[in-house]
Amino acid sequence: MIQTIQQYLQFPFVRYALVVGTLIALCSSLLGVTLVLKRFSFIGDGLSHVAFGAMAIAGVLNVTNDMLFVMPVTVLCAILLLRTGKNARVKGDAAIAMISVGALAIGYLLLNLFSTSSNLSGDVCSTLFGSTSILTLTKAEVWLCAALSVIVVALFVLFYNKIFAVTFDEDFSRAVGTRVESYNLLIAVVIAVIIVLAMNLVGSLLISALIIFPALSAMRLFRSFRSVTVCSAALSVVCALLGMLISIVGGTPVGSTIVAVDIAVYFLCAALEYFKR
Amino acid sequence: MALITCRDLALGYESHAILEHLNFSVNAGDYLCVVGENGSGKSTLMRTMLGLQKPLGGSIAFGDGMRPNEVGYLPQQSAIQKDFPATVREIVLSGCQAHVGRRAFYNQSEKALALENLSRLGMVEHQRRCYRELSGGQQQRVLLARALCATKKLLLLDEPVAGLDPKVTAEMYALIERLNREGLTVVMISHDIAAAAHYATHILHVGGDRTFFGTVDEYRRSAPGRRFIALEGGGDA
Repeated sequence: MIQTIQQYLQFPFVRYALVVGTLIALCSSLLGVTLVLKRFSFIGDGLSHVAFGAMAIAGVLNVTNDMLFVMPVTVLCAILLLRTGKNARVKGDAAIAMISVGALAIGYLLLNLFSTSSNLSGDVCSTLFGSTSILTLTKAEVWLCAALSVIVVALFVLFYNKIFAVTFDEDFSRAVGTRVESYNLLIAVVIAVIIVLAMNLVGSLLISALIIFPALSAMRLFRSFRSVTVCSAALSVVCALLGMLISIVGGTPVGSTIVAVDIAVYFLCAALEYFKR
Repeated sequence: MALITCRDLALGYESHAILEHLNFSVNAGDYLCVVGENGSGKSTLMRTMLGLQKPLGGSIAFGDGMRPNEVGYLPQQSAIQKDFPATVREIVLSGCQAHVGRRAFYNQSEKALALENLSRLGMVEHQRRCYRELSGGQQQRVLLARALCATKKLLLLDEPVAGLDPKVTAEMYALIERLNREGLTVVMISHDIAAAAHYATHILHVGGDRTFFGTVDEYRRSAPGRRFIALEGGGDA
């Protein structure tokens, strides 16, 4: 098996896929802890559907580099969702559901009406559940992904203490003069960026799994915010690497294999927590 | 000059006023208890004083070298916090977030301040423990230590003894009284009229037909005070 892996590693596209996959897994897990604790898990889900819709529109419009179109649209929706969610929680919830299902439906409709592709359901399926596109990345895309990952990690480290404070107690932070709205905005924008990046890896339906599972697993094992964050990042990277290797060797779909590994690790962590007591 | 002066304050949500014509002031060293029935606007008043929502009318003025962001706030616990994975130390340090400004990390003096406030409340040996594993009283001490990191002058406490058992409640009241004697001004929302009349120097009674503001003795003699004390069975305090 190791030989097979070594053999595959000789291909540059496999190496690119592993690098990009690892970076995406790292980024998505960092903010996962905050999203789970803030009860924002569904924002990730909603935004990923938006990204699907945007991808469909980009396809119809024949935009050459669809990331340039999908990214701004998703970021915009992240900001909009946050704005509506601020004033009334219930309305914000409904807004997420509305935008996410709406984008999904319109996206599929547009693809059906205007698609130039001969294999429509195959296209849709690969956008939703991840595709081989992770294996067809160009060098430029790898660099773009790496640069964005570095920015995400740097932002997270720089604002780590503020993100913790805002996650734990928004009202207290606001009372002592922290600009809570700006940090929430930052979190939403970063999440939107991560989701668009992660679409290549696991597809838009499975992104939430990449964001929340490592955080939930880490929260089972650790008791401080810092160790939960570090552990979540480590678990996410390990799971993504393992998932990708399994999928290469076994010929399984990349996205769902990674998520399956994430789920397995979650139950492993839950069991560990149970026996530690 | 008073630390906080509220003139003709009106507050509520979206032009629906809960409280109007509120006039009171808090001087350095005061221990003001805000009492009133549920839904009378006590928490709304505190949120307005903290700048979390805008007053519908009137003004809140900070004086005596006090700036609006220099308050120590002890909020009621939210559901999110009950199972939050964070250590005591991490939470208390976050009380220093206003001092940090543009810096990314806490410096030595902020870490020392957090430690000092933890030991002030007798929680220093718990600093590495997880917040969600603490008892209710210990959690309140942690949040109080965080509030102390944010202020040197004024504590705003929103029902600090809610959900605590009688023994821990008494300890909490003693702790707040000690902090008040050490020079901190305290504004506390309370249901517990007996404790309010016992510990506070001033009472603000909101809601009902008439608001009252004055010293505890004046409150005992006032109409709303007599009625409320009789109602709550706190006359023996």
